[in-house]
Amino acid sequence: MIDSSISEAGRRLRSGEVTALSLLKTALDTAGRTEAQLHAFLTLDTEGARQAAAQADADFADGIDLGPLHGIPVALKDNMCTRGVETTAASQILAGYLPPYDATVVTRLRSGGAVVVGKTNLDEFAMGSSTENSAYGTTYNPWDLTRVPGGSSGGSAASVAAGSSLAAFGSDTGGSIRQPASLCGVVGMKPTYGTVSRYGLIAFASSLDQIGPFTRTVEDSALALQAIWGHDPHDATSYAGDYPDPTNGLGRGVEGLRIGLVSELSGEGFEPAVETATGAMVASLESAGAEVSEVSLPTFDIALSAYYLIAPAEASSNLARFDGIRYGLRVDGSTTEELMSRTRAEGFGPEVTRRILLGTYSLSAGYYDAFYGQAQRVRAAIQEDFARAYQQVDVLVSPTSPTVAFEAGARTADPLAMYLSDICTIPSNLSGHPAISVPIGLDDAGLPIGFQVMAPALGEEVMYQAAAEVEHLAGFSISPTAIEGAL
Amino acid sequence: MPIEIDIAHVARLARLALDEGELESYRAQLGVILEHAARVQSLEIEPEVEAAHPLGFANAFREDVLRPSLDRDEVLAQAPSAVDGYFLAPPALESE
Repeated sequence: MIDSSISEAGRRLRSGEVTALSLLKTALDTAGRTEAQLHAFLTLDTEGARQAAAQADADFADGIDLGPLHGIPVALKDNMCTRGVETTAASQILAGYLPPYDATVVTRLRSGGAVVVGKTNLDEFAMGSSTENSAYGTTYNPWDLTRVPGGSSGGSAASVAAGSSLAAFGSDTGGSIRQPASLCGVVGMKPTYGTVSRYGLIAFASSLDQIGPFTRTVEDSALALQAIWGHDPHDATSYAGDYPDPTNGLGRGVEGLRIGLVSELSGEGFEPAVETATGAMVASLESAGAEVSEVSLPTFDIALSAYYLIAPAEASSNLARFDGIRYGLRVDGSTTEELMSRTRAEGFGPEVTRRILLGTYSLSAGYYDAFYGQAQRVRAAIQEDFARAYQQVDVLVSPTSPTVAFEAGARTADPLAMYLSDICTIPSNLSGHPAISVPIGLDDAGLPIGFQVMAPALGEEVMYQAAAEVEHLAGFSISPTAIEGAL
Repeated sequence: MPIEIDIAHVARLARLALDEGELESYRAQLGVILEHAARVQSLEIEPEVEAAHPLGFANAFREDVLRPSLDRDEVLAQAPSAVDGYFLAPPALESE
C-alpha cells in the first residue's frame, strides 16, 4: 500500500527515488489485493491512469512541475463526470453513461498532473450514509469487513484508508465526505460552499452539494483542496473573490485560539467512546494553549429536520432530468409520460425513490409553507446561530459522527435511524461553512473515531490550523486492521 | 400528529410508476420521516432573511456571446434513441 503522504510522495517523485508509474503500480496492486473484500471502486481506469503516470514521469524528466498532485494517484467519486469513462452515480438509471465532458474538478486535477486511478462507489446519487444504497453492491470498511464505511462517499474513504489512492475526492451534501472519513479513519474535508465548482458534479441538492478531498494527513487535505478550488464561470454559484491560503495555518499551533465545543452535539444517541475521545481531545487542545469554552447553538436540534425537507426538495427537482429521453436507461411506454414513469420506477433504487417522493410532497400545493418554507426559515436561523457563535470563538468542534462504523444492514430498514448518522455534519451544509473530520483514535473494538472542526465561511486557514494541531495531538496511525494481511 | 399523504398523487407528480404495495410502503415511511421533519414548525424565532447563498451572492451573469458547446453527435450518442440530430421520444399527447 501507499503509506506516505502526498507531500512525501511528491518529494520522492522530484528527487527521482520513485516514479509516477511505480506509485501507480503500488496503488493498482493494492486495489488488486483488497477490492474483492472492500469494493471501493466501480471502475478502474487502468489504461488512462498509465498514460497519465507516464506523462508525469516524462514531465519530471523535462523539469516540468505542475504542482503538489503531479504524479499522485487519486480516485474520484462516481458522481463526477469523466469524459469517456463510465459515470453512473451508482444508479441503474445511468448504467453505461459516458459523459461527453469532464467536471471542472476533473479538468483541474488532470491539468495539475494528477493520475486518476478510477471511480469510487457511493450511495446512489449520493443519498445515504453507509454506501449500502449503491445499485452495484456495498462497500465495506477496511477496519472491519462486517461494517459499513459510511457514506455517501464510502468508496473514496475506503480507498484512501486502504492505500489504493493517496487522495480521493467526494461530495458532501449533509456529511457525505466527513462521516465516511470518520468511520474509515482518514481526513475528510468539505470546503466553503461556492469555492469548488459543481460543474460536472451530478447534482443532488444544489444549495448544499460541495466537492472536497479525502487524504491521509491534514497537510495533504490542504494541498488537495488548493488543487481543485477557485472561481469557475461554468458554475453560477462559484465564488469569484479572494481565496485564503489553506496551508498558512499549518503548524501554527493553537496558542490563544478560541475553540467552542458545541453543547447540542452530545448526549443521547452518542456512543460513550466517541464522547470520551472528543472530551480528551478538547482537554488536550486546552493544554496546548487554546481557550476552550462550551457554546450552545439551539437550532442544531432541528437542523436534521430542516435538512430532510430541503435536500429531498432540491433532489426531486434535480433528478427530474433522468427521464429516459436524453441519457441512461429507457423503459418504453406508449406516451412520453408513461415512458418517463416506467423508466424512473425501474431505474431509481428505494432510497432515491423515497427522497424524490418526500421532496415532491414537501414542495406540493398546500404543504409548501408548512414544510419547505419553514425549513428555509430554520436554515436562516441556523446561519444566525453560527454567526453569533463565531463572535465568541474562532472555530467550533464536535464529534464527526455520533457513532463509530455500524454493522452492514443495521440501519437499512429504518431510514430515520440512518438519517441520524449525519446529525453533526448537516449544520455546516445548511450554513455553507467549511468543516473537516480528523481521526483521533480507536474505540475498544478497534474502530476509528473522527473529530470535527468547523469554521466560518472562507475560514479554511483557521480550520486547518486547528485541524493540524488535532492531528498532531492525536498521533493517529492509519493502519486498517481488517485488510492488514492483504497489504 | 399523523400526516395526511395522498401518495398516488405524489408519485404521479414525480413521474414514478409504482404499484399498490410500493405506494403503501412509501406512504408509511414518509409518514414517519415527515413527523420528525415537522419539528421545523417548533422554531419560535423569525429570522430576518430567508437563506440563500452563504456568502451572500445574488445572480451571476456572463457576456452574451456565443461560445463553443458540447459536440452534438457525442451528446446524442448517449441518448436511448436519436435520429437526424434529435432526441426521439413517443408522443407527449395521446392521439384519438
